[in-house]
Amino acid sequence: MFITYLRRELAGRRKQTAIVAIGMALAIALVIIVNAVSSGVQLAQATVLESVYGVGTDITVSQTPTAPTAGDTSGGPQRFDFGAADGTATDGTTTVSRSRLNATRGTSTFDSTALATVTAVDNVSGASATLALENTTFNGALPTFTPGTAPAEGATPPEGGPDGAGGSSFNVDSFSVLGLDPADEAVGPLSAVTLTDGRSLTKADAGAHVAVLDSSYATSASLATGGTVAIAGTDFTIVGLVTAASADAATAANVYIPLDVAQTLSGLTGQVSNIYVQAASSTDIAQVQSDIGKALPATTVKTQADLASSVSGSLSSASDLVKNLGLWLSLIVLAAAFLIAVLFTVSGVTRRTREFGTLKAIGWSNGKIVRQVAGESLVQGLIGGAAGIAIGLLGILVVNLVAPTLTAGTTSVAAAGPGGPGAGRGFGGAAQAAATSDIVLTAPVTVSVILIAVGLSVLGGLLAGAIGGWRASRLRPAEALRSIA
Amino acid sequence: MYELTNVTKKYDQGKRSVTALSNVTLTIPDGQMVAIQGPTGGGKSTLLQMLGALDRPTAGTVHLGEADLSRLGDGKLGVIRATKIGFVFQGFNLIPTLTAQENVETALAPLGLGHADRRSRAAAALEAVGLGDRGGHLPAELSGGQQQRVAIARALVKEPAVLLADEPTGNLDEGTRDEIMDLLEGLWRDRGLTLIVVTHDSAVARRAQRRLQIKQGVLKEVA
Repeated sequence: MFITYLRRELAGRRKQTAIVAIGMALAIALVIIVNAVSSGVQLAQATVLESVYGVGTDITVSQTPTAPTAGDTSGGPQRFDFGAADGTATDGTTTVSRSRLNATRGTSTFDSTALATVTAVDNVSGASATLALENTTFNGALPTFTPGTAPAEGATPPEGGPDGAGGSSFNVDSFSVLGLDPADEAVGPLSAVTLTDGRSLTKADAGAHVAVLDSSYATSASLATGGTVAIAGTDFTIVGLVTAASADAATAANVYIPLDVAQTLSGLTGQVSNIYVQAASSTDIAQVQSDIGKALPATTVKTQADLASSVSGSLSSASDLVKNLGLWLSLIVLAAAFLIAVLFTVSGVTRRTREFGTLKAIGWSNGKIVRQVAGESLVQGLIGGAAGIAIGLLGILVVNLVAPTLTAGTTSVAAAGPGGPGAGRGFGGAAQAAATSDIVLTAPVTVSVILIAVGLSVLGGLLAGAIGGWRASRLRPAEALRSIA
Repeated sequence: MYELTNVTKKYDQGKRSVTALSNVTLTIPDGQMVAIQGPTGGGKSTLLQMLGALDRPTAGTVHLGEADLSRLGDGKLGVIRATKIGFVFQGFNLIPTLTAQENVETALAPLGLGHADRRSRAAAALEAVGLGDRGGHLPAELSGGQQQRVAIARALVKEPAVLLADEPTGNLDEGTRDEIMDLLEGLWRDRGLTLIVVTHDSAVARRAQRRLQIKQGVLKEVA
């Protein structure tokens, strides 16, 4: 009887059923689309952050560079000094060449024992230290200078130099070098690259003069696997080529070499510039961040959430739009749909006063009538839910077909260190390293989204049914019949 | 057997209290056909509600057999209505979205019968009122007389001891009225029912074994 009555009622009152179902469907479709787009935006943010900071990195540890001390006359890492005897003199031309390997500008190094401190923190499942360096090579040719001789009046014009007339020619080349633990691919830079040729660095490469090159850099520098690349005047065998997820990523470099070798060549023995940390679970991140901050008070400890706030561009705008407008719009439409369902159900109960009075008169219990009303509302909600899922999936399909491209920008702030002459850097000011990338927004369909939709339709139906049923149960049979007499 | 003792029913209408029944004492033996007449607002329907376990008196007692309807809770009154009392209303009160067959089956739903049992009993009840071939029709597809026959089938399908009819012919023309009253009388005789009919119509009342008149809540026997 329950099913028959329910079916007849819903079929017999098509208009009410359709209005309630449409309202519920639109609300649920909106919730599904907003939820899916929100997931897509989160995925896009995660992709951006992973390309910048590496897959699985929950926390980064770095040290804020300090301002140069007053009176520092070292000239910084970009300065090359040559003595009178330096270089090779041939036919009146002296050729000089020198390479230097220094910490990347805008970064600061700290003691590598911090890695052990970080690893010892509770709920740290992995940590990897890196040393970000810059290799600068100076090549030049200048006329051979003979000390102690001054040009005499009426002497012949100057000779020598690359143009044979006393001129000079200089070339300064630089590329980035990242020293990393070759044994650790789970977290840190190696997790954010894809091997395209040869092999990656392995544990056995520690202490060896081997390098993995970024494939774009290798192409531009005409380098290939099996060849060599000179770093700080030392030849490294190229064992593989990789592609970084983003060329602008903080972990991307032109050349990757074992950390210990990088430390030795740069003279930064026992120093690192970044530590990438993976927490045991997402719920542990706050605790790990706090504990690292306490253990290493001089460092800056950032989480993915901190990093996410650095994402800018249209991806950030989309995120804000989904979080604010989308969320509130969904809630408002959902509340309106629930209200419509409740009002129609209550109105239906009022209109069916005689019907329920008659059923009570022939012996139907309150419970049976409440179940009937609730059942009808529930099915209306489920019809709306099913339609909402269909409309929502269609909406998601449209989003995925359109596949809007969002521009994401990330900025990591670091204070500049002492600058060399002509380096164009300020002293002690904040330097911003910006990375931008285009991300195609996709709206993933997840089981949880479908479950949320079904749950909402059941909730809406039950809410309307509970209120309508409660109202029906309060009808006294005599009064219900008298009211229509 | 019904036994009403000093039954009074009052309704609150704002600050005013209206007495619908005043000290009604009445005994109706099993199997009797009783007609209750009276002017509109005289208390006929209120008395029928007391007899039908739809409402409780403000004072006094209403017994149906051993059951004191004035003391029982809503649940037990519901069980009595579901098993012992059948109702026929002036407006038929059929559920518009259900077919004639399904309307009759609604009276069996509280009894917990199986689907097949419900169907066969409802079909037999419709057959008994001459509508065996109209079970699949919606109320809107039936005439007034046919709708009232469906309502009678619904009232009798559970084989009650008492049939209460509230102006059962009030919405029908004379010809149909006589058909319906013939049907009710026939069923009353055949099944040994206690039939209580509330009516304005003297022609209907004259068919009853016993006639009662109620005015301003006071009940009197009509000779």
